[in-house]
Amino acid sequence: MFRRLPDPRARAVHFTFDGEALTANSGDSVAAALLGAGIEHSRTTPKSGTARAPYCMMGVCFECLIEIDGVANRQGCLVEVRDGMAVRRQQGAPGLPEDLADEGGQ
Amino acid sequence: MAGSSDVIVVGGGLVGSAVAYGLAREGATVTILDEGDVAFRASRGNFGLVWVQGKGDGMPDYASWTRRSKDLYQGFADGMLEHNGRDIELKQEGGLELCLGEDAYRENEDEIRRMHNQPGVGENDRRMIDADEVRKIMPLVGPEVTGASFSPHDGHVNPLYLLHSLHAAARQLGVRYVSGAKTLSIARDGDGFRAETEAGEFRAGKLVIAAGIANKWLAPMVGLDIPVNPNRGHILITERMQPVMPMLLVNARQTADGTINFGNSHEDAGYDTSINPAKLGEIARNVVRYFPILKNVRVVRTWSALRVMAPDGFPIYRESETAPGAFSISCHSGVTLAAAHALDLAPTILNGGFNDRFAAFSPERFNVSPAA
Repeated sequence: MFRRLPDPRARAVHFTFDGEALTANSGDSVAAALLGAGIEHSRTTPKSGTARAPYCMMGVCFECLIEIDGVANRQGCLVEVRDGMAVRRQQGAPGLPEDLADEGGQ
Repeated sequence: MAGSSDVIVVGGGLVGSAVAYGLAREGATVTILDEGDVAFRASRGNFGLVWVQGKGDGMPDYASWTRRSKDLYQGFADGMLEHNGRDIELKQEGGLELCLGEDAYRENEDEIRRMHNQPGVGENDRRMIDADEVRKIMPLVGPEVTGASFSPHDGHVNPLYLLHSLHAAARQLGVRYVSGAKTLSIARDGDGFRAETEAGEFRAGKLVIAAGIANKWLAPMVGLDIPVNPNRGHILITERMQPVMPMLLVNARQTADGTINFGNSHEDAGYDTSINPAKLGEIARNVVRYFPILKNVRVVRTWSALRVMAPDGFPIYRESETAPGAFSISCHSGVTLAAAHALDLAPTILNGGFNDRFAAFSPERFNVSPAA
C-alpha cells in the first residue's frame, strides 16, 4: 500500500511482528514500520473484534494500539522502532500482564 | 413569546431531563430550557453509580427514596427503550466498599448498625464480609484490605448513555429541548410562569428548576432558598482491559468497554473545574492500595466536575408556597435518583401534594437554629 521515499541517511532496523522478522528504517515509528512492511492490520477492537490499522500517525486516534515487548496498549505511532523489538498484533482488549496478576493475587 | 407549554423545566442535565421525560410520560407538554454546553454539567462528569449502600445515614427518607429509585431502575431503563431511548448498560449485581485497615472496617460496620436502627428504611441487607470472602469475589485486592461492606442493590450505568437516552426518549414523547437558553429571570405570569432566557421568553403553567448549582440563584425568583454549593470530584479513566473487576466498587468500576474508572474525591474548589494534578496523584496512590494491579495500568483520560451539594448532602425538593406551581429540585445523585425522578417525582408535580410527599426533603430543614 505504501512505498518509501529514498532516505540515504536511514539504516536498517530489524524487529519482529508476531515472530516474523521484518526490516524498517531507523527513525520509523512502530506504526510506520508496520505500514511500510505491508502489515494490513495491527489490532482488533475490543467491542466488535474488527480489524484496525494505524490511522492518524500523531498520537490522537489510538487506532495503532499494539503490544510492544510484552506491554499492550502502546501507541505504535509514538514509539520509535528499535533493533530486536518484539511487536505483536493486539487482539481485543488486553488482559493483565502475568507478573501483575501474580503480584495482585498474593 | 417563543412558546408555551404545560411545564417548563429549567435545566437539561440528568435531573432536568429525567423530570421532563417523566412529565411527558404522563402526557404533559414540556419545554426544557438548557444553558448549553457551557454549563457546569455534572451530568457529563459523574461516575455513573446507581448506589444504595450508605445513602441516607441520618435521613431515613433518603435511604428509602434511594432504594425506591434502585428498585424502579430496570423498568425505567426498559421504558426509555420503548420510547427510542438507548441501552444504558445498566448492571445491578451488587457493590463493595472495600475497607483498608481495622478502623475503616469498624466505621462501615457502625454505619450499617446505625442505618438498621433508622425507622422506615425497609429491608436493609447490606452486610460486612471479611477479607477472605472479599478475595473470593475479587481475587486481586491488595493486602491492606481487611474486608468490605457488600450490598446486593448497588449497580451502575453508562452515565453519558443515560443522559442521551433521556433526551432521546423525551424528544420522542414530544418534549421540546431548547439549547443556548440560559434562564435569566423567572416571574409569575397570570396563572403560570414566564422565563426569560438568552433564547427568548417562554411561558408555562408550571415551572421546575433543575439547574444544578444554578438553583441557588434561580430558586429565589420563586421564593425558595436552596443552599447548594459546588463540590469538586475527579475521575481517572484507564486503558481498556479484559474484565478484571468482577464486582463494582464505590470508588472504581470497570465499564462495558473495558476501561476502569476510578475517583471518589471531594474538594471545595469553588466553581473551578480545572484538573488538580496533586489530587489526581492522591486518588491514584489510594486506588492502588485497594487494587494493586492498577499500578502499571495507563490512565488515558481524566476530568473534574462539580457535584451539587446541600449542606447535609441530601436532596432538596420543594414547591414554592408563595408561587405554587414552581418547584426546585436539587441533588448530587442525578444518576441514582433518575428513575425515581422520572417515575415518581415527576407525576407528583402534576398530581399535587408535592410538599406533603417530599416533606423530609424541604429546605426548611436548614432553617432550624442549632440552639433550638
